[in-house]
Order: sequence, then structure tokens, then C-alpha cells
Amino acid sequence: MTTIAELPPGFADKVLSAQSTFRSVMDAMARPGSVQRIVPGAGTPDTMMRGTAAIALTLFDHDTPLWLDSRMAESPDLVKWLKFHTGAPVMQDSSIASFALIGDGAALPPLERFALGTSEYPDRSTTVILQVESLEAGRPFELRGPGIDGATTLQASIKPFDLFERLHLNEALFPRGIDVVLVADDAVVAIPRTTRVVSKGS
Amino acid sequence: MNAPAYNFAYLDEQTKRMIRRAILKAIAIPGYQVPFASREMPMPYGWGTGGVQVTAAILGPTDVLKVIDQGSDDTTNAISIRKFFAKTAGVATTTATDDATVIQTRHRIPETALNESQVLVYQVPIPEPLRFLEPRETETRRMHALAEYGLMHVKLYEDIARFGHIATAYAYPVKVNARYVMDPSPTPKFDNPKMDNCPAPQLFGAGREKRIYAIPPYTKVVSLDFEDHPFEPYRFNAPCALCGAEDSYLDEIVTDDKGSRMFVCSDTDYCEGRQAAGHHGSLSAAPYKEKAHG
Repeated sequence: MTTIAELPPGFADKVLSAQSTFRSVMDAMARPGSVQRIVPGAGTPDTMMRGTAAIALTLFDHDTPLWLDSRMAESPDLVKWLKFHTGAPVMQDSSIASFALIGDGAALPPLERFALGTSEYPDRSTTVILQVESLEAGRPFELRGPGIDGATTLQASIKPFDLFERLHLNEALFPRGIDVVLVADDAVVAIPRTTRVVSKGS
Repeated sequence: MNAPAYNFAYLDEQTKRMIRRAILKAIAIPGYQVPFASREMPMPYGWGTGGVQVTAAILGPTDVLKVIDQGSDDTTNAISIRKFFAKTAGVATTTATDDATVIQTRHRIPETALNESQVLVYQVPIPEPLRFLEPRETETRRMHALAEYGLMHVKLYEDIARFGHIATAYAYPVKVNARYVMDPSPTPKFDNPKMDNCPAPQLFGAGREKRIYAIPPYTKVVSLDFEDHPFEPYRFNAPCALCGAEDSYLDEIVTDDKGSRMFVCSDTDYCEGRQAAGHHGSLSAAPYKEKAHG
């Protein structure tokens, strides 16, 4: 049983670390496929990566219901850390979550189970934060869409392997949809709902 | 310590988190207006409370801030906001477009082309392009949901029927990423082409109306028009009287009560840069004339 005093720390400088992390995430969201680095360090409970922890401390609070996959939820330290540092409520129902934290991509539930927003309020949708193996090496994916000058190639090792096939639902549902933030250690790549995968090698 | 202490960039952290989440959704859904819990700011509505909140949420200690009001770095609004962030965030400020990393603007886009390392923040009075056509928020929201923009085309058509051309000169509606019709804020339509495929992200903040929206970099932004009445940017047919520029947006300045007037660049940084580079107009200041005569 970990006491609060033994929990990994949050940001050393709450204000400037959150600002720097946000700008990395904003740049990632504005330039899909580009790899952004998260500089400020924070404690990382259990299986949570550095980037994920920094994003949690930057964007989560009592207004953002969270959904955790079983890999994340089964760690009492991780849940306690989130509760102590962010105060965000952890929900059982993924369809009302502002953010979903996925530690084990292979067990990513069908995306329809998350909030997709409504036609009137497409912003009321879940941002899925998915921890992946690598955002530097792996299969190449060619991405197009707003924020990308022509096309860009993302090399990544991602589970689930069919993530981009699943994200085709964004095409059919737009402006509703799911925005995904991929995290590998301190590297972040965002795939907002407007991004399309044109082709990919093997 | 009795001096009032503010958080970095004035806003408290909870407010910044809320605005930051809104900005991320705004970027993910280009042109869609994300509602946000706009705060009261230490300045009146209409002075850029929306833009200031967006700037406060993104600004970091290493940023260099430029603020323009109708293209000018030297008007009350621009100076006040620049000083506000110099005081509350301690950031460096500049008037040079090239040196800035964050540019907050009221009703102009700089003449100097923006680059990938910059962010443009607009102050927006009325974010809803359909508001004057349909006053009910429930209805305009549904119209956006259904991409039902016929009414806007009727409005532009009525311009043509009445005046022979599309007479809308500012806040000229655009379609972003072939989906949402968006108000570019009351910029002159001269600036509309600069929004298309811009390397810098463009963020829009409307404080009183409590909306944030965005255009990611390299995004298609098309001004609405008709095949037989294509969109045309408007510009006074004159060179700048101070720098001679023939490609910049001009302000008309009445100089006496006998109908005399001069046209000068509305972008003061652009105009000063050109003058420093040796360009002259018909009414350039005395030192230039003396040199020319001497």
C-alpha cells in the first residue's frame, strides 16, 4: 500500500512544465504525424510513460472524466497517482470519457465505445492517449490532411496493428470522431480526426 | 509581500487547462467553434479578451510576442496587450513580424509571410458567420451540423443583385477544409488568401461569445464565391505614400477638410521595414526629401 508521500512526484514547476508540455501537444495536433518531444519530467507511476504522465498533469482535472484500460486500471499506484495529482474522476463508462488512457494497445476496445461527439458538438469526444512501442522505427505510414504540407511519413511500431484501419471511422463520421495521441516515452504524435492514411509499406 | 502576485501570464492553471483542451479540439476540427468558459479579463469586451485568453494559454517564457491592432503595433490596444504580457509573463516583445513566435492580431494578417515557428492568434468579436442571418444559436449550430450554408450564398447573391458585385469587404466568410464555414474575424477580405495553406497555425478567440476555433497549418481555406462572380481581394488603387508599396493593404487617411487624402500601409512593421530598406513614397518624411534635394 503506497502512501501519498511515496507516490511519484508531479511536475517540479507546475506552471512552466504544463505550458511546455501543452505546446508540444499543440504542435503535434497542428502537425499530424510529426514527432514532438515532451521535455519536462514528472514522476511516472508504474507502466505510465513520461509523455503520458506529463500530458495527464497538463490536461486532466476535475472537469475531465477518464477511462483507463485494464493495464492502467489494474495498477492501484497509477490510479492513486492520477487521483492525487489531477483529481480527474475515473469512469467505468468509456462513452462519457474526455480522455482514455491505453496502456495495452492490443486490447484497445472498438473506437465506437468512446465518445464520438455529436453533429452539433463534435468537440465532446474522447481523446485517446495510446502508449506505443516506438514512434521512430517500424512500419511507415503515409499521412495526409490539414496540418500536413502535402504528405508526411510516420514510422511507428503501434499496437493495435490495425489502428489506422479502425480510424477510417473518422472519415465516415466527420466532424464527429476520435482524436488519438500516440506516446512512446517522451515522443508524442497526434492523429486528429482529419488525418487520412494514404498508403503504407510493410 | 503585499504586491499583487499573478500567475504566469495572468490566468490561473485550471483556466489554462480548460482553454488548452478547447484549443486542441479546435485544431482537430478545423473551423468548428468550440465553446469555452471564457473568463473576465482586466480589460473590456471588445478589446481582445478572447485573443488574450488564447495567448495566455499558449505563451511560454521563451516566446517573443507581437501584438497588432488593424496592422499597427503602436495603437492603444496593441500597446496595452503587449505591456500586459510583458508584465504578467515577462516575455520579450517585438514589433518585427519575423522575430515574433506568437502574434496576436486584431483585424489584420501581417504582410510578411508567416513561418512554421509562429502562431497567429486572432481577436474575434462575433465568431458565428451566420449570426446576422439567423440569430438563434440552436439554429446556427444545426446549420453547421448539417453543413447547410445556402443562406450565406443567398446573402452574397443579394450583394450582387443590389450592387453588381459581392460588396462584403471584411469578415468575408471562408470555408475551412471543405467543411465548416467560418468567420475570419473582421479582417479585410484582402487578407483572406493569406489564410489558405498558411505554414503557421491560426487560433481564434472570442471572449464575450465564449468560442475558440482554429485553422491548422497547411489547411485549405476558400473564400465563398460564385463561378461567375469569383472572389476578388480589394485594395485601394494607389501605392503607399510612405514606402511606395503596391502590394500591401492600405489605410485611407484624410489629411484636411478639402478632400485631400493619403494612402499608407496598414501594416506599420512592413511599411517601416520597407522605408528602412530605402523605399520611398510620394509623401515620405523630410529627411528623405532633403537628401533628395541636397
